[in-house]
Amino acid sequence: MDIPASPSVVLCRAVCKSFRGKGHAAATQALDGVALTVPTGAMVALVGPDGAGKTTLIRLIMGLMPPDSGAITVLGHNIVQSPHAAESSVSYMPQKFGLYEDLTVQENLDLYADLHNVSTRERRERYPILFSMTNLGRFSDRLAGRLSGGMKQKLGLACALVQSPRLLVLDEPTVGVDPVSRRELWSILLDLVKQQSLTVLVSTPYLEEAELCGHTVVMFQGRILAEGAPQAVADYARQRTFHLATRPGVQPRRVAAAWLTNSAVVDAVPEGGQVRVVFKTPAGATATPPSVPDEPGFRGAGPDVTVFKEVQPHFADGFMVLLRQAMAPPRDLPASPGGGAPLPVSARGAAPPPPQTAAMPSAEPVVEVRDLVRRFGNFVAVDQVNFQISRGEIFGLLGPNGAGKSTTFRMLCGLLPLTSGTLRVAGHDLRHARASARQTVGYVAQKFSLYSHLSVRDNLEFFASAYGLRGRRRRQRLAWAVAEFGFSTLLASATGRIPDGFKRRLAMACALLHEPRILFLDEPTSGVDPLARREFWKRITAMADEGVTVVVTTHFMEEAEYCDRMVIMMNGRILAQGTPAAIRQLGATAAVTEPTMEDAFIHVVRRDPRRSSSQAGT
Amino acid sequence: MNGFWRILALIRKELGAIIKDPRSRFVVVIPPLVQMIVFGYAGTFDLTHVPYVLIDQSRSRESLQFLSRLDGSGVLTRIGQVDNIQQARPLLDSRRALLIVQIPRHFQREILLGRSADLQVIADGRNSNTAALAIGYLNQIVSRFNSSIPRRPAASAPPSVSLRIRSWFNPDLLSRWQITPAIIGLITMIAVMILTAMSVAREREQGTFDQLLVTPFTPLEIMLGKVAPPILIGLAQSAAIFLIVRYWFQVPYYGSAGAIALCFVLFIIASAGLGLLVSSISSTMQQALLGSFAVVMPCALLSGLATPIANMPRAVRDITLLNPMRYDVQAVREAFLQGATVRQLWPEFIPMALIALVSLLTASWLFRHRVT
Repeated sequence: MDIPASPSVVLCRAVCKSFRGKGHAAATQALDGVALTVPTGAMVALVGPDGAGKTTLIRLIMGLMPPDSGAITVLGHNIVQSPHAAESSVSYMPQKFGLYEDLTVQENLDLYADLHNVSTRERRERYPILFSMTNLGRFSDRLAGRLSGGMKQKLGLACALVQSPRLLVLDEPTVGVDPVSRRELWSILLDLVKQQSLTVLVSTPYLEEAELCGHTVVMFQGRILAEGAPQAVADYARQRTFHLATRPGVQPRRVAAAWLTNSAVVDAVPEGGQVRVVFKTPAGATATPPSVPDEPGFRGAGPDVTVFKEVQPHFADGFMVLLRQAMAPPRDLPASPGGGAPLPVSARGAAPPPPQTAAMPSAEPVVEVRDLVRRFGNFVAVDQVNFQISRGEIFGLLGPNGAGKSTTFRMLCGLLPLTSGTLRVAGHDLRHARASARQTVGYVAQKFSLYSHLSVRDNLEFFASAYGLRGRRRRQRLAWAVAEFGFSTLLASATGRIPDGFKRRLAMACALLHEPRILFLDEPTSGVDPLARREFWKRITAMADEGVTVVVTTHFMEEAEYCDRMVIMMNGRILAQGTPAAIRQLGATAAVTEPTMEDAFIHVVRRDPRRSSSQAGT
Repeated sequence: MNGFWRILALIRKELGAIIKDPRSRFVVVIPPLVQMIVFGYAGTFDLTHVPYVLIDQSRSRESLQFLSRLDGSGVLTRIGQVDNIQQARPLLDSRRALLIVQIPRHFQREILLGRSADLQVIADGRNSNTAALAIGYLNQIVSRFNSSIPRRPAASAPPSVSLRIRSWFNPDLLSRWQITPAIIGLITMIAVMILTAMSVAREREQGTFDQLLVTPFTPLEIMLGKVAPPILIGLAQSAAIFLIVRYWFQVPYYGSAGAIALCFVLFIIASAGLGLLVSSISSTMQQALLGSFAVVMPCALLSGLATPIANMPRAVRDITLLNPMRYDVQAVREAFLQGATVRQLWPEFIPMALIALVSLLTASWLFRHRVT
């Protein structure tokens, strides 16, 4: 049954898989005739928005469920007929790797070695390699539950590699992991491919990670849109990608939000103080951007933009071009969160106000934090933190796992008492504030805090009641939420069964029903695909324009570009504070003249002397 | 006023969550019914079937007379007759017989002489309760047999004092009358505590509790919204089980409607309070579930439901004063069998109300001050 000397490790042909709809929902076609080849020794990235079929494809390849039709061969074994045939030479790291949190690092490793029948002799060879690779050696006695997110993922990787596989399959291994740990994880993977001639298949929502792989596969709606070297995907955006310099005082994120609504534009994001725009049609020979039609609510081509410059397309630009092409005819809502017809920019349904100048945020501080300290026993989670946030600002809290972002955040929201210092949100300490003070605040937790047994409608109605909405206003706001977030077909569905993208929208909708003046968002875009992230930021930008103050934590460095001001936290302290442009400049070195936000972040964090000692925070 | 609407919304949401989730729906309805039926039939100390082995060495008219009474009792069943103890032994060992009844050789002669005749009875003592009950039945039969023996006039029977026992409230001393009403409390306490403890723990686990805390809900409102649905469900359960006890098991109810209603209300609020207390110190659903059982089990054992509180050591008896089920069991029995009214039950109602109040207040304090 072995097909001898197959040059490819994984071979999929015409693979189809559909899932039966629950209740009244129609069946979903998760995979629709997928053909995929993973050559020996290659590192292949699977990218695509949520619901593209990445995880389904990976699970089929792992033999965890059978395809409806098609052939899958892994290391020469027919996986459709004998799902366990390749088991001993394939390691799999699912999205949530099964670490035992009450066991130590060493015990977890031993357990997986036992499960895979790794002999004592092999362990003696293997363990030192794994420990030096992951840098976990000195934490071998620590409980897995007390490792940081990044270290947990490294331990998961070590456990997956304990049996020296020939193929390693990873499903979104870096979701929820901070940039520093992500870089470390990727350098481990790249070394593995280089030194141990391992074949790796990895799915990721981070497009810049795909650029690190030799081969990329872009999936959308159960189909493969394109595959090839990252550069080949980037080339789809060749001659279509431009940097727009904005007039001084005009915030790039506002220009980007405006451009994103234009039908001639595929993508527009703030980047390095400018706006990166990808157009639908290529530029002419003169390297001038295609003309942009005037559309209602769009005035981007006019006074705010000064210079256009064609730039080298990135993988992400090509990806966006492919996706926009694939969903060319505006499609019905559910399958394309963020895609299709442009959503109204305004959160309130009114016409967007003209972009305001950078000096816009008024001086009155909405959030004031002075000498904030929070201790847990001997551990100082937040240490003398100071910042102020003005009305209408988008304020970012950035930092690696365990930096104290979440603790600060929870104190701001009144969920955690402070040890010392003062804290004012709209003039109150929310922990002791009367109900009326909390009426002005919206909060979206990292995990969608929704009642999964209740229907979408019940969730909306419950939160409307919780915020005391009644009568006409209640009906208006509920109708707004349904229209704005596209829930009309989902109202009766149990919330636990709707796609993740919609759960995230619902959590957002519930927090916005009462039109809060201050919005707290805890990692709102973690694990969110690029399309949904753009939709999200468009909405946030529009809200800030209307004077809503937004406090947001994020792991995505490029998202810091959307902030008016930001702080970088580490070990409970603020390492840097300022506008994105000022922070970016901190990453400047002799070698890097135009530092990206990520360069700056890593530079700032690595410079912190206490980093190594407490990297394994909470 | 706003607070009232918010609480109402929370109650509606909680009830909706229980009713819309097929598993919760099942848990609220089926186990209590099954428990009631099982306890009602199995939870009785009355013996209805006592198998015995006979060794009749007398084989006389008198022994036959005695045996006809024995077999005519409707409770004792002869499963066999053997010649000696050695032959009877395996039947007892294998639990096929509960008693060995040996009628001695001189049985007839002693009776005719007006002397007392010894009857040897060997009982299976491995279950002392059952053995004692079986011997008790046998004693009754023997004493009735004794009184039927015609005494010779010459013997001029000495005047004797005889006890005539009559049990009030439960004339036949049926243990079902004693147990089933008291079990209503146990079943509802389990349901109410678990529902309360889990509803908070579920929100903690799913992260929705934080969401509630940032809304204008005050901790008190959240608490009220959280305890009200389990209380409503507990009341419905109690009512349903009460009807089963009354009409299916035909236990007479002599008390006033107000007495039993107030008893259920107070006891269920106290149970919800304890559930909330458990939930305020547990952060996962598993902890909440185990914590609830850690409270319910001692409450049941120390309630007087199965073993009389009067028999417990002093220290344990003092502990039972903190146990709401103790008062519930007492009050329910008095209401059922004695026909107690609300007025007569204040000594039970006041401690239950105090326990409810203290547990709810402590739980709300813990909610506000717990550091997570």
